[in-house]
Amino acid sequence: MTTDLSDLYQQLIVDHNRNPRNFRVPPDANRTAEGDNPLCGDRITLYLHVEDGRVLDAAFQGSGCAISRASASMMTQAVQGKTEEEAGRLFKAFHTMVTSPATAPPDTGDLGKLAAFAGVRAFPARVKCANLPWHTLHAALAAKTERVSTE
Amino acid sequence: MTTASRSTVSRAEATGRAGHVADVESLRADFPILERTINGQPLVYLDNAATTQKPRPVIEAVRWYYEETNANVHRAVHTLSQQATAAYEGARAKVQRFLNAAESREIIYVRGTTEAINLVAHSFARPRLRPGDEVLISAMEHHSNIVPWQIVTAERGATLRVIPMDRSGDLLLDRYVDLLTDRTRLVSLVHVSNSLGTVNPVAEMIRQAKARGIPVLLDGAQAVAHHRVDVQSLGCDFYACSSHKMFGPTGIGALYGRAELLEEMPPFQGGGDMIRSVTFEQTTYAVLPHKFEAGTPHIAGAVGLGAAIDYLMALDRDSLERHEADVVDYAVERLRAEPGVRLIGCPTRRTGAVSFVMDCAHAHDVGTIVDQAGVAIRTGHHCTQPVMDFFGVPATARASFAFYNTRSDVDALVSALARVRKVFA
Ligand SMILES: Cc1ncc(COP(=O)(O)O)c(C=O)c1O
Repeated sequence: MTTDLSDLYQQLIVDHNRNPRNFRVPPDANRTAEGDNPLCGDRITLYLHVEDGRVLDAAFQGSGCAISRASASMMTQAVQGKTEEEAGRLFKAFHTMVTSPATAPPDTGDLGKLAAFAGVRAFPARVKCANLPWHTLHAALAAKTERVSTE
Repeated sequence: MTTASRSTVSRAEATGRAGHVADVESLRADFPILERTINGQPLVYLDNAATTQKPRPVIEAVRWYYEETNANVHRAVHTLSQQATAAYEGARAKVQRFLNAAESREIIYVRGTTEAINLVAHSFARPRLRPGDEVLISAMEHHSNIVPWQIVTAERGATLRVIPMDRSGDLLLDRYVDLLTDRTRLVSLVHVSNSLGTVNPVAEMIRQAKARGIPVLLDGAQAVAHHRVDVQSLGCDFYACSSHKMFGPTGIGALYGRAELLEEMPPFQGGGDMIRSVTFEQTTYAVLPHKFEAGTPHIAGAVGLGAAIDYLMALDRDSLERHEADVVDYAVERLRAEPGVRLIGCPTRRTGAVSFVMDCAHAHDVGTIVDQAGVAIRTGHHCTQPVMDFFGVPATARASFAFYNTRSDVDALVSALARVRKVFA
């Protein structure tokens, strides 16, 4: 099977890597979680401001590959304003999409722009890069304080 | 230009610049995997520091062993078992000659370098270390030459000391001399660095340690595929290496230890094959090397390792070493000239590996993109996180070489890097 690099590095992803959104430390964050990907050296700290069950703000810091950075950037945009429950559903939908077989069309449901990450399915070594910010979100929502690791 | 025509052109160029390429072309034919295509492109295998490819005689030897001679060793009088034992012990004698050990009982089969170092940590260092004692390693060790020492020094109240290095990736030898003290119980040092390619001046460093009566272990994982190693002339006490990094099978390796030290050491693991007699009250251990080889060993692996050594020793290693140096120098030269590429380390003496980072892309993205062009390199921290921290990078891309690599492999890597720039332009 040949895979196409432009499926992985879509313009949207390249753009979010170059200019990550919400790349900051919000002053009123009340949930944080750290995620790392020891094999490739991706590291992310996620900050959430959650009030009355709603994500009012989401931002991140850290360093990593283009996929993990763009994924964190687009994720923080996607979850802002969502209830914790909605954000949790988005986590599940994203996770299901990127781990589904590359041979079938992806189920992009309500993922919107996040569907751009369906391209990682053809690059198994990179699925965990796309997933890292989401696992970190999952931990922050569960208010787990320990570090999450995708390996 | 298509890949095929590009590599033909550059191969011709390479031949023009370096006359010995023709031999290498015929040696490449011994490695079946090098005929593979990856993502529709000819495989360019530049991840030899992780593991080397296997020549046909090694693959054949393993097959021969299972098809013709499979039996357990040292256990039965039947013919097959005797033949298996002969093959297994014959391979040990080959390792002995390969490392120029004085006796074959000084060669202990292990799973690889990692297990060899753990064996020395457990059976040599642990019983000797007292609170306040020191074990000395270097700033460029693989995790397998860090963690075992952290475990035993912590347990014994001893301290782990580190020989620093400079920005070139060379050890600071004057600091090394200062770190050799009355408290130093062992120096455990990497012969060739897997992430920087540094060839450490081990002969001199061993001499300095031995002058103070301090034993030395060398981690030779990255040395044996590239250089002839003579443990007696080096004067080291222990030497660790992995078969899979020297064209042999995975799951087997060798620890050389001076017989005098091995004799004194307690066993590493207990079980069958390592005993002379067992009662519930008392067990007496087998003689060397069997004292350290509990349980059924990786017999097929040992046979394959023996075949790898036969293969290597039949080659003109001096000329291959020159060829490899030419390819590595060429890689350094080309990568240095590439826009947006920064080399990590420029050691005084380099073998095997070249690490780099790119301005526009994380190492991991570089790895994925060059793989699409059929070029296999390693990206990440290479099990040397302290080296990454020292250079202030989360990860590097690393091209690592064996004698079957050519200048055209370097050309393929460099053109693949242009694709990285294009994706992130
Ligand atoms: C310098 C060095 N030491 C030790 C090791 C560990 O070898 P193995 O994994 O074969 O035990 C490696 C392999 O990556 C290495 O490069």
